[in-house]
Amino acid sequence: MSVLEQLDARSCVLLRLGERRFALTAEHIAELVAPSRVFRFAHRTPELDGVILRRGRVVPVCDVAERLIGKRLTSRRFYLVATRRRGATLDWIALPVSGECELITADLTPASASDSPHVAAWLSYGGEVIEVLNLDALMPELAEPSALGPATTPETHA
Amino acid sequence: MQLATPQKSQPVRAEQIILFRCSSQVFAISSASVQEVRSVDGLAGSPQEIQEPSLPKVRHMFRRGERNLYVVNGAIHFGLRPSPASLLFLLRRSRTALLIDGIEKMTTMTRLQALPFAFCHEERLWYRGLTVLEQNVVPVVNPAGFLTSEELFTLDAAASRLVAPEFPAGGEMGLSV
Repeated sequence: MSVLEQLDARSCVLLRLGERRFALTAEHIAELVAPSRVFRFAHRTPELDGVILRRGRVVPVCDVAERLIGKRLTSRRFYLVATRRRGATLDWIALPVSGECELITADLTPASASDSPHVAAWLSYGGEVIEVLNLDALMPELAEPSALGPATTPETHA
Repeated sequence: MQLATPQKSQPVRAEQIILFRCSSQVFAISSASVQEVRSVDGLAGSPQEIQEPSLPKVRHMFRRGERNLYVVNGAIHFGLRPSPASLLFLLRRSRTALLIDGIEKMTTMTRLQALPFAFCHEERLWYRGLTVLEQNVVPVVNPAGFLTSEELFTLDAAASRLVAPEFPAGGEMGLSV
């Protein structure tokens, strides 16, 4: 049984992409920030626009609108900075959103097998049925980590 | 009352880097991994053309001693618009010479951040990580990421069909780092 099946009422953040609203469970949200300069450099991950700087941390910007609503956002009102755990590390991602975000508490209905992989659950709010997003399914992933050799191990020093 | 002893701060590990341009984008490379910097003009006539259709980023090679050195066009390697290159980095302990547009400056980085996991394609080979310099994010290239061992094998096979000219030894021209 998944966490979503065990728990009913959850804190969620509603986000707007174009005309549609989606939700993320609040535990995945670090902050909501105003758009800032996007630093772009050469890379081959088409889902990523570049990176922003937040308190010295480099955060990749991933526009999920194309996958969710079929087009990229023409205007970015905020970046919703989300986190996801990868092993021992916490990965940060900035999701451009086109409107206000709202923190709500709602009962979640677990996704069924016929739902898209990016749907973790459903919630009902303000007369709308809203997809609760599975961030892992929306993020670009390394298909075969060993394929790129030992250089894929991140190197850091402070 | 006793005052708390101030904690000793961790010594900062600094690394000298060269900021360089490829097709108007700025990259950084550890100066320790650059053996020589040479002008492309000074090399006129020396390099030999090599054609390996699967590796369009390598168009020239030199022979230095017993080894072939392959010239990697930085702009093509990074998937950028090709631009007139003016300098060549001869990388230390490597068979790669990197063709670049120019050097911005030499500076020091004190923090190298891992490339976020969301970047999940060739860039994980290209870069050691990212550094922040004067509120700009600069990718720090991995000197071993320009040519894989398989690519070197392919180039060696193509080069074996050529007779390459000798590359002038360091100090004859250009700048040693």
